[in-house]
Amino acid sequence: MTEALKGCMCTETMTEAEMLSELGDLTAEYRDKPGGLIPALQVAQSRFGYLPESVLRQIAKDFDKSYSEVTGVVSFYSFFSTTPRGRHTVRVCLGTACYVRGGKEVLAAVRKELGIDVGETTEDQQFSLDVGRCFGACGLAPVLMVDDDVHQRVKPSKLGALLKAYQAEPVAEEVVA
Amino acid sequence: MLNLTINGKSITAESGTTILAAARSAGIRIPTLCYLEKSEPTGACRVCLVEVSGARTLCTACSMPVADGMEVQTNSPKVRAARRQTVELLLSEHDGNCQICDRNQDCELQNLASELGVREIPFEGEKAEARIDASTPALVRDNSKCIKCRRCVTVCSAIQGVGALQPQGRGFDTVIGPAFTLNLDGVACVQCGQCAAVCPVGAISERSHVEGVWAALEDSSKTVVVQTAPAIRAALGECFGYAPGTLVTGKMASALRALGFDGVFDTNFTADLTIMEEGTELLTRLKRALVDGEDVPLPMFTSCSPGWINFAEYYYPQFLPNLSTCKSPQQMFGAVAKTYYAQKIGVKPEDMVVVSVMPCTAKKFECQRPEMHASGVQDVDYVLTTRELGRMIKEAGIDFRALEDTEMDVPLGLSSGAADIFANTGGVMEAALRTAYELITGRPLPMDNLHVQPVAGLTGIKSASIVLEDLLPEWAFLEGVELHVAVSHGLANTRKLLEKIRTGEAKYHFVEVMTCPGGCIGGGGQPRLTDDAIRCKRMDAIFAEDEGKPMRKSHENQAVQELYKDFLGEPLGHRSHELLHTHYHAKEPV
Ligand code: SF4
Ligand code: SF4
Ligand code: SF4
Ligand code: FES
Repeated sequence: MTEALKGCMCTETMTEAEMLSELGDLTAEYRDKPGGLIPALQVAQSRFGYLPESVLRQIAKDFDKSYSEVTGVVSFYSFFSTTPRGRHTVRVCLGTACYVRGGKEVLAAVRKELGIDVGETTEDQQFSLDVGRCFGACGLAPVLMVDDDVHQRVKPSKLGALLKAYQAEPVAEEVVA
Repeated sequence: MLNLTINGKSITAESGTTILAAARSAGIRIPTLCYLEKSEPTGACRVCLVEVSGARTLCTACSMPVADGMEVQTNSPKVRAARRQTVELLLSEHDGNCQICDRNQDCELQNLASELGVREIPFEGEKAEARIDASTPALVRDNSKCIKCRRCVTVCSAIQGVGALQPQGRGFDTVIGPAFTLNLDGVACVQCGQCAAVCPVGAISERSHVEGVWAALEDSSKTVVVQTAPAIRAALGECFGYAPGTLVTGKMASALRALGFDGVFDTNFTADLTIMEEGTELLTRLKRALVDGEDVPLPMFTSCSPGWINFAEYYYPQFLPNLSTCKSPQQMFGAVAKTYYAQKIGVKPEDMVVVSVMPCTAKKFECQRPEMHASGVQDVDYVLTTRELGRMIKEAGIDFRALEDTEMDVPLGLSSGAADIFANTGGVMEAALRTAYELITGRPLPMDNLHVQPVAGLTGIKSASIVLEDLLPEWAFLEGVELHVAVSHGLANTRKLLEKIRTGEAKYHFVEVMTCPGGCIGGGGQPRLTDDAIRCKRMDAIFAEDEGKPMRKSHENQAVQELYKDFLGEPLGHRSHELLHTHYHAKEPV
């Protein structure tokens, strides 16, 4: 990763202090609603990109729940992330068809290429890695998704080039809702 | 009423009753593991399987309600095989090293395996890695022993209103514990040990002080004295096969002597002292409010229960000025032993070791609080739970049942019946009223056998009031005042009571709070498993101990009077203030 790209990311990332100052307004409407915790977490995550500890502790206080209960919910749903997400999410299908036709090897190759494990984000904040169960393209297994793009019949040897194409994209396309 | 049969036996039960409850009331045993009395069944363990005719699969008796005409089999070959397989599966994922486990011979999983005739573990399951959490002074957690029954989750959130332990993650990877993979010190745990009290296996236990106590007893340069909390005498017998509610005060004193303690004393002594200090503090607050018109924090709350202190420091800092400044009887004892008594026998505080035997795990936390160094050194050195004392007595090869009854030593072993009842919910209140009423009227508390019935028993929140009339001249300012008191036990109940007080919905002068359900007799360090039937038996035993004493009121304790005359001066005096009182700090609820 170039230093220039790293620098750009920093200016776009909210600090935790900024998150905390916005959090109150963001989740206010859910506070007294039964079952309001999950939607509040969703709103916070889509605004901040992830849910750092300080945010979760504040949500626990605001919602009169224990921190352990809030983290219990966060760790139950794979949707929630407690580390910053990369610009791109790579998801490797491990559904039955993909699994038997090399999905496992693809996953191993991605892990090696990015140097991260499932659920983690590269240090330069470019990629996060997840696994999925069937993206509905079994005929062309193994399948891998990068953001909304489906890549079929992925060959571990071609992975480097595939991922590099995303990395080269200009940062201006960054989506922050 | 519904009619059904269990194992061919005709039974009537109210609708809404579970099969388990119906079977139990008919004297039929169904094994359980995750089931916890009075709590929503979680159905997590599937050990309570029974056969219901007409049903396609076996049912969990703890959650299945009875129906009219139901035919239940609790003991068919199919049921036995299914239960056994359930336990085999649990064991296949369990780090079973019974011989060196804290729960060896006191483990529900081990008992079940034996009861269900498990002789092999046919599956090789994935075992969780041992990750010991010894981050807090009171408790040690070992996730590799956890069978995910979730009893601790229920107790910590529904009974204690804390919610420190919750399922984290999902599926096989679920871990029952504090947030993510944090240790207990990363969340707002109050150290009550109720989780350890309900855990069926060796996944949560008290942090042991046994080795430290053995070492102190071996050290000839130390004078080692022991104090026993009021609740121990009504529960220790259970460690030696006595029925719950058997009083073993005399045998306990003999056992402690046989273990080699140089002084066998009683936390009861400082329970009486607490009443002198706390009663005076209450009357002083009332006087300042009523006569001097000062804005005094009322109601005043009792401060004997360290889990409650933690709870107030975390969740209700606005009430900290309302807490009595009295230290708990355990800490008063440590301070008095290492000053007054140490001087009396010519021993330096640093050469004295004070050991407590407590029904409580939070006392292990309390004794390490930095404020608890009134004698210049840590006032209480080691805290053993009832269970740990039981273990030490066994380790020493003492035949407990064969011991003679002996008395506690003087002077710190003398106490009134009012001190005994500190063990029960409502007891501190009753003891305080016995003394305060007599102090201001010159007459004994006008209640049957000195018992304040409305604040006794297992109701979660209790209250009472008494009109103060015909007072001694110096208390005339209280003439005609109706004194309102309340009592709560279990911190979820306490939270409800505090909310009522906070919003002004209820007004009291004096409130007793005990952390554990039933009070100290149901403490986190008592023999397991404590249910309501056992709570009631222990409470009855405590009242029997009280009623059997010639001296029933704290202010009649002559050893306490002597302590004031020779050493302390007067209640709330300068020396009392230094040794017997403390202060509190708000803590961030993490
Ligand atoms: S928890 Fe029970 S079954 Fe498990 S090792 Fe300890 S004694 Fe044995
Ligand atoms: S000690 Fe009490 S507060 Fe702490 S985890 Fe156990 S039950 Fe909860
Ligand atoms: S720690 Fe004990 S009580 Fe809690 S879920 Fe595990 S086995 Fe059950
Ligand atoms: S006791 Fe019924 S499912 Fe556990």
